[in-house]
Amino acid sequence: MWPTSLQSVFRWFPEQASTVAGQVDALFLFLVAVTVVFSGLIFFLVFVFVVKFRRKAEDERPQAIHGSLPLELLWTIIPLGITMVIFVWGAHLYFAMTVPPAAAMEVYVVGKQWMWRLQHPGGQREINELHVPMNRPVKLTMTSEDVIHSFFVPAFRVKRDVVPGKYTSIWFQATKPGEYYLFCSQYCGTSHAVMGGRIVVMEPADYERWLAGGVAAESLAAAGERLFTRLGCSTCHRADGTGRGPSLVGKFGKTQRLTTGDSVPVDETYVRESILNPQAKLATGYAPIMPTFKGLVTEDGLLQLIAYIKSLKMEEKAQATP
Amino acid sequence: MNTGIAAEEAVRPNYLNVNYSIRSWLLTTDHKRIALLYLVSISVFFAIGGALAGMIRINLLTPYGTFVQAETYNKLFTMHGITMIFFFLIPSIPAVLGNFLVPMMIGARDLAFPRINLLSWYVYILGGTFTLVAAVSGGVDTGWTFYTPYSSTYANTNVIMTALGVFITGFSSILTGLNFVVTIHTMRAPGLTWSRLPLFIWAHYATSLIFLLGTPVIAITILLVALERGLGIGIFNPALGGDPLLFQHLFWFYSHPAVYIMILPSMGVMSELIACFSRKRIFGYEFVAFSSLAIAILGFLVWGHHMFVSSQSMYAGMVFSLLSFLVAIPSAIKVFNWTATMYKGSIALKTPMLYAIGFIGLFTIGGLTGIFLATLAVDVHVHDTYFVVAHFHYIMVGGAIMGYLGGIHFWWPKITGRLFSEAWGRIAAITLFLGFNLTFFPQFILGVMGMPRRYHVYPPEFQFLNVMSTAGSSILAIGYVLPIFYLTWSLLKGARAGVNPWGATGLEWQTPSPPPTDNFETPPHVPEEAYAYSLPEASRG
Repeated sequence: MWPTSLQSVFRWFPEQASTVAGQVDALFLFLVAVTVVFSGLIFFLVFVFVVKFRRKAEDERPQAIHGSLPLELLWTIIPLGITMVIFVWGAHLYFAMTVPPAAAMEVYVVGKQWMWRLQHPGGQREINELHVPMNRPVKLTMTSEDVIHSFFVPAFRVKRDVVPGKYTSIWFQATKPGEYYLFCSQYCGTSHAVMGGRIVVMEPADYERWLAGGVAAESLAAAGERLFTRLGCSTCHRADGTGRGPSLVGKFGKTQRLTTGDSVPVDETYVRESILNPQAKLATGYAPIMPTFKGLVTEDGLLQLIAYIKSLKMEEKAQATP
Repeated sequence: MNTGIAAEEAVRPNYLNVNYSIRSWLLTTDHKRIALLYLVSISVFFAIGGALAGMIRINLLTPYGTFVQAETYNKLFTMHGITMIFFFLIPSIPAVLGNFLVPMMIGARDLAFPRINLLSWYVYILGGTFTLVAAVSGGVDTGWTFYTPYSSTYANTNVIMTALGVFITGFSSILTGLNFVVTIHTMRAPGLTWSRLPLFIWAHYATSLIFLLGTPVIAITILLVALERGLGIGIFNPALGGDPLLFQHLFWFYSHPAVYIMILPSMGVMSELIACFSRKRIFGYEFVAFSSLAIAILGFLVWGHHMFVSSQSMYAGMVFSLLSFLVAIPSAIKVFNWTATMYKGSIALKTPMLYAIGFIGLFTIGGLTGIFLATLAVDVHVHDTYFVVAHFHYIMVGGAIMGYLGGIHFWWPKITGRLFSEAWGRIAAITLFLGFNLTFFPQFILGVMGMPRRYHVYPPEFQFLNVMSTAGSSILAIGYVLPIFYLTWSLLKGARAGVNPWGATGLEWQTPSPPPTDNFETPPHVPEEAYAYSLPEASRG
């Protein structure tokens, strides 16, 4: 049931196969050092005291010691200082692990009981397997069709819950060609333990070959465009802005003013919400006439629509250049 | 001991021999008898939870899940968690030792509301029955965390009945907490000021505050899950317009403080044990007392550290991480003060002291590995792996259960009037300590290697450490079974204990063993601070 190509080797740490893995392990080892020093100190003192001050006579009455304010301050302030260093170190690294670089290659992930479906921007689809090039940041935009799952690649030291009803994201930059475990780490029902697979990290040239060798499917954005027309979105959301709904060209990644006066960033979550629950956050200047598309479009379809709307942004840029 | 005194004690009326009828037990309002009712019932749940754990460990001997099917495995770890947490660990020390000792330590005849105390036991039994019936009639497979929307929509098992059992049992916690708070405020003996209270009482006071403030939240959460599951009202399931993360916030708002419900009373026991067997006043009494309150308060502000990878906001994660580091400090202060208490003491390695030293060791490891989980970037890797499983077992088994067993051994002579075999007691304590480490230490490594928790099958390279863990658990099991034999033997054949076999301070040691129904023959008064071990026994109190 586990990909047989993966080596079953015992190792204390999983392989360090991403740019952050070494940094996470460095912090981890620092924590191990702190643990060894503090527990070693306590164990040593307890051992020495037990040996040195063991009861020699039944009528022993040792002198009472009430305490010592300097000592209390010492063992409050030192641990506090050390934990604050750890906090800052951990939070700093977490920030870097959470915010993806702008140039990341995007892959879309849908989790369901009990499999992973992945789509590349070029339209290549994979199940329980993800091929990525090394030395290139990859951002996964993930959602679930049913319960909460979690996308966990130990060799990359990354993990993120995959939550129904919203998009979560994860990013990594693989540094070593090879095959690595993909696990679901959030309990999701009967076959939770086998909801896994592998991440295949390839040399960029091999990756291009792999992409080309796949079934010549249409790109995600093209599939999204077809869906956009089939669902009738294009009748209102005209590119030239003359429709009953706002033009979507160049909207993704910007902020949108709402009828309430607030602004929201136009991201995957907002696009998704606007398709499924259009009245929730209305763009200012337009009537609340859009019907919901709940039940008419699948999670994969939503991701295709999002890829299409994102591509509209890129076309606009392309037009602006000459 | 003088046999004449022993004979005299044998016929003296006490809370045990005052009436032997079953009716007198089931309708008792004596806090000491209610403590024993709890002792028997939580032991039954502990045995059930332990048996379930055994089956989990057997299944994990091989990577292929050869012992049970996935459905069964998922039910095993779910029922193990629910039984151990809600029906053993949470009531363990407060409902057994707390019930027995809170009135005795403060010089009262009983708790403030004796009938409410009895009610709390019946409520506990009712809740336990619900959950047991749910287990026998098909079981439940949501994990003890009941995460939505799996629990509220997708699971096909007895979710509502199990959750109702937990819901009902919560009320017994609330009633016990209420009783302790009122009792500690209003029924202290003359002279027993707050600064003279034994630290066991301080710990139970802090625990009671969590019972009162936290338990209603889990009750509400369970009702909301039942509403969504039973009536389809959208609260947590996004398909119905709900928010799955809302559940996690509500659940952990109770369930993280619940960890302190489990560990604080155990810390209270530690202070009594270490003081007695070092014959020393607790070093930095005020710091140990107030660190209990600090833990109870800060404990309510750290729930989001269970959700660093859940998609909660990154900045919320940072705030929860910072607060989680802060809650580690009062625990560290306690460990340092206990260690300092042993300095220049008169240390006797009696059975309860072995448990206390074991506690210090295991709790230190458990606490320090908690630091790993509070560290954002490291938690991302080890979250939901065996690292977490190992960490919380070091706190709950290594901390809470070591404290519970240490306390049971320490106060056994007071509760039963009999001594147990010191040799067997030490053998069991050491067996437990070794078995525990062999069971759970390998799980830290498994977690770092990347093995996710709640896995029925696993990649073969994780097998070696799993076999070690299972081997350890069989030694651990021996450590748990041994006391059943020598404590039963002590009950039947053990030497009479006398008033104060350990030479301990505290009001409970100034009254006969077992105590009379009214606890004290003459109303006590307290002229000195707690742990006046430097004074000769005869001149105390």
